[in-house]
Amino acid sequence: MNALDVTLWVVAPYVSLTVFVLGHVWRYRYDKFGWTTRSSQMYESRLLRIGSPLFHFGILVVLLGHIGGLVIPKSWTEAVGVSEEAYHIVAVVLGTIAGVCTVAGMVILIYRRRTVGPVFTATTRNDKLMYALLALTILLGLAATVMANIVGGGYDYRTTISPWFRSVFYLQPEASLMAGAPLLFKLHALSALVLFAAWPFTRLVHMLTAPVGYLTRPYIVYRSREDVAGSRPPRRGWEPIGRP
Amino acid sequence: MTRVMAQLAMVMNLDKCIGCHTCSVTCKQAWTNRAGTEYVWFNNVETRPGQGYPRTYQDQEKWKGGWELGKNGRLRLKAGGRLRKLLTIFANPLMPSINDYYEPWTYDYDRLFSAPVSEDTPVARPRSLITGEPTKIRWSANWDDNLAGAPELAPADPVLRKVSDEVKLEFERAFMFYLPRICEHCLNPSCVASCPSGAMYKRSEDGIVLVDQDRCRGWRMCVTGCPYKKVYFNHRTGKAEKCTFCYPRVEVGIPTVCAETCVGRLRYIGLILYDADRVAEAASVKDEKALLEAQKSVMLDPHDPEVIAAARESGIPEDWLEAARRSPIHKLIFEYGVALPLHPEYRTMPMVWYVPPLSPVVDVLTNTGHDGEKAGNLFGAIDALRIPIGYLAEIFSAGDPEPVRAVLRRLAAMRAYMRDINLGRERDESIAAEVGMTGATIEEMYRLLAIAAYDERYVIPKAHAEQGAKLEELATGCSLDYEGGPGMGGPFGEASGGPAPVAVENFHALKERQATDDLGRADELRGRVNLLNWDGKGTPDGLFPKRKEKP
Repeated sequence: MNALDVTLWVVAPYVSLTVFVLGHVWRYRYDKFGWTTRSSQMYESRLLRIGSPLFHFGILVVLLGHIGGLVIPKSWTEAVGVSEEAYHIVAVVLGTIAGVCTVAGMVILIYRRRTVGPVFTATTRNDKLMYALLALTILLGLAATVMANIVGGGYDYRTTISPWFRSVFYLQPEASLMAGAPLLFKLHALSALVLFAAWPFTRLVHMLTAPVGYLTRPYIVYRSREDVAGSRPPRRGWEPIGRP
Repeated sequence: MTRVMAQLAMVMNLDKCIGCHTCSVTCKQAWTNRAGTEYVWFNNVETRPGQGYPRTYQDQEKWKGGWELGKNGRLRLKAGGRLRKLLTIFANPLMPSINDYYEPWTYDYDRLFSAPVSEDTPVARPRSLITGEPTKIRWSANWDDNLAGAPELAPADPVLRKVSDEVKLEFERAFMFYLPRICEHCLNPSCVASCPSGAMYKRSEDGIVLVDQDRCRGWRMCVTGCPYKKVYFNHRTGKAEKCTFCYPRVEVGIPTVCAETCVGRLRYIGLILYDADRVAEAASVKDEKALLEAQKSVMLDPHDPEVIAAARESGIPEDWLEAARRSPIHKLIFEYGVALPLHPEYRTMPMVWYVPPLSPVVDVLTNTGHDGEKAGNLFGAIDALRIPIGYLAEIFSAGDPEPVRAVLRRLAAMRAYMRDINLGRERDESIAAEVGMTGATIEEMYRLLAIAAYDERYVIPKAHAEQGAKLEELATGCSLDYEGGPGMGGPFGEASGGPAPVAVENFHALKERQATDDLGRADELRGRVNLLNWDGKGTPDGLFPKRKEKP
């Protein structure tokens, strides 16, 4: 384990995580008005209606797959009686389908963004950087899966990458586990770290406010004029009387 | 115990609307004069019959706005429930595109000055504000104004398609009126119910429906949810925006910009007290034609001691109760019975009501050589002319002609009764009796509708002084927050950072003050005036540009 490994698999993840968490806190505190999907559906909906659900549902399945693969230890699934082969087949089949959907959706969306005039005009530099990072991470991830499982003989990341991932959260990072992983997996993880660090400063923040609360709240919302909760708090020095 | 709530409501007297669009223009100047809202008209005036704005918005089979009754007899959103909303959140299939509104444009004015000398006069070509490219203007918010292009365009009017063929053939000759529209500030708002983030809310003090710009995440479901299509998507900020009932103005007791600037004095603003617990029940009445009565039954009589007691219990202040008793809205809906809601069949319980126009009937009578002011002629014509009644009924009473007929008969009676007075004849009480009124009530109604004195048209209680500090946008912002200044905008460009302050004047005044190089003129507004604060009296500084002083 050399200095490079420590930098990449110990320092970088913590930097990225810290920026991710504090960045979101900062953004939520100071830029609630900018916290939006910035939907471009008004400009064009024909391509969006195919591309957007493909991408979003695809990436949600990919996300679930990552949780299953990275967070849940191999010993747990084996304890339930899921053999390595069974897990591997399900993961590869589901993962590839979801990955292809995600990439297909992404290609349609990027094509749309570039070719539809109003959508392109509404694209900021920030968006372009975000698209590049997101696309790179997704493509590297798909490439790693395809190279390892379809071209190669399969790679059991649940004995190396997953324990490393969890070790970061135990605060006992084991860089050595990652050092031996195939190059594509390493690159995928690294680009993801960069993406997570950029995340709070892009429009990707909309993911963190996915409106799941809508399923349970009452339909009609009443709010008092006095009720500032949820809206911005009064400026320091301008709190009304009677609010200790 | 009833839960009494107060609601600011509006009534528009359509007989007096001349379609001048002053309300739309002043509203736009005050509220949607910004990038991202170029296509947005919180107030628009459409010619009926016509397609409206956005095009054919009333066709709920297409747009699925508002509520409907489920098989179990319970209310549900026509566009689908919660789960369906979340599943279609990535691409809302029922979202109008910019072309359903219109593509906003500006002109290449610079060409007029920069064009090289030539034989031909230079032309300022239209340029799209969406793409920035030269464009051809094909549609706008009032493209079919005054029935322009009606033979081609009006057949697509969703209301006209509901009335019979016979009526369709005749409509052009007989019938046209203007329909100014703002947000309905519904008692049962389907936009609020559609908002996944819970950013939209109804204010419990005055019932104004607003969007919390800090909570809106741009999921766009409110645009679909509103059957009147009065929630708009700001395509620059990615947030929903809508008519605010000019809350900064009404909170200090002055009417909305659209009402204040209406040259026909046709808008009325006042309070309505209603029973908040009975709204859902009333909106779920099975028969669409019973919705009008159901909505009326939710509204309470502000003179009833029991209602007053319950209102006090619910925390409504005394001056608001007094305003509710003087409310022109309550008078027009209940005492005179001449106001009707817009599309009650959407089940949203709209709170901007209309006095349907009698003028098409009068016009037909006069054009055919009859006396258009005589009670008998008018009553006969109202019943004989199926066109106006059928069409108006589709708009104001879910297709039931009776309420519209009753209103038009009352308006006709007022005309005939007042003419006798004007001509110095004897008052004919039988005219009043025929429509179930008394001469005295008719004269009162005439005063409210025809004279329309300012303080009778607008009875707006002020928001409470103890909350006053919050109403003011004192110059407490950062002194560097002027355009181009270091404090302007957030770190992610235009859409980020704090929202623009409501009092636009502060912003301009601040900029003016900070950018001017002449200390003497530091507090002048130089051609800028904030219509939000203008009460219509006098000419405030800056309404007209200053004359240049002669040296």
